[in-house]
Amino acid sequence: MDIQTIIFIILAAIIGVCSILAITTKRILRSATFLLFVLFATAGIYFQLNYSFLGAVQLLIYAGGITILYVFSILLTSSDGDKAEPLKNKKMIIGLLSTLAGLAVCIYVIVKHKFTESVFQSGELEIRTIGYSLMGTEKYQYLLPFEVISILLLACIVGGIMIARKR
Amino acid sequence: MVQMEWYLVLSTFMMFAGIYGFFTRRNLLTMLISIELILNSVDINFAVFNRFLFPEQLEGVFFTIFAIGVSAAETAVAIAIIINIYRNMKNIQVRNLDKIKEE
Repeated sequence: MDIQTIIFIILAAIIGVCSILAITTKRILRSATFLLFVLFATAGIYFQLNYSFLGAVQLLIYAGGITILYVFSILLTSSDGDKAEPLKNKKMIIGLLSTLAGLAVCIYVIVKHKFTESVFQSGELEIRTIGYSLMGTEKYQYLLPFEVISILLLACIVGGIMIARKR
Repeated sequence: MVQMEWYLVLSTFMMFAGIYGFFTRRNLLTMLISIELILNSVDINFAVFNRFLFPEQLEGVFFTIFAIGVSAAETAVAIAIIINIYRNMKNIQVRNLDKIKEE
């Protein structure tokens, strides 16, 4: 068992336990904290795949930005002892059964499917390569989606202010 | 070396944890957290496919970056809507939401 496998097992354990806890814990603030741990472990997986830029983006935007947004909105909208109301047993069992069925089907398909031969090529992805392909207009270059997503973000900022302002 | 299937099984587990949360939670913010789990698991899949199956190309990385941007935008708008709902109704439980129609 090499060091990569050990790191993967640790990250997988964090992701598994914390994602279960994030959706079952009663208090919303704890749920957001467990989501933060899941996002950290996901960034760890990106680092393990040698995509450090992706891991940095994950840490900055998800763990840094979105979680702070969640925490602020939880503090704004939920009173102190706000707990999730207990769910009806029947609904919980139906949800659990359908989820487990879907999980079983998906894992069966993944394990059975023959992918084209998969080799892990280690080696860091250069930031220079990312920059050139993000800023070009030729084939396999992504200037247009980059601009589209900047317009989308602008529209979301304007829409968020419009919706949330006081009338 | 870790096989590709293990990453895929991990992300599938995370996705169905999110789906279960979306089914069973009754609070708008926790439902949004579940959606966040689902999006995050899909991002892992993009990166893993890119690294293991097509290591010379970069589509998976860029799709992941754009998906992270889209989910940030989605979260911002959704939280604005949730704060607006809270301002009108003083709580954010899903079962109260049909009262919005009557106002």
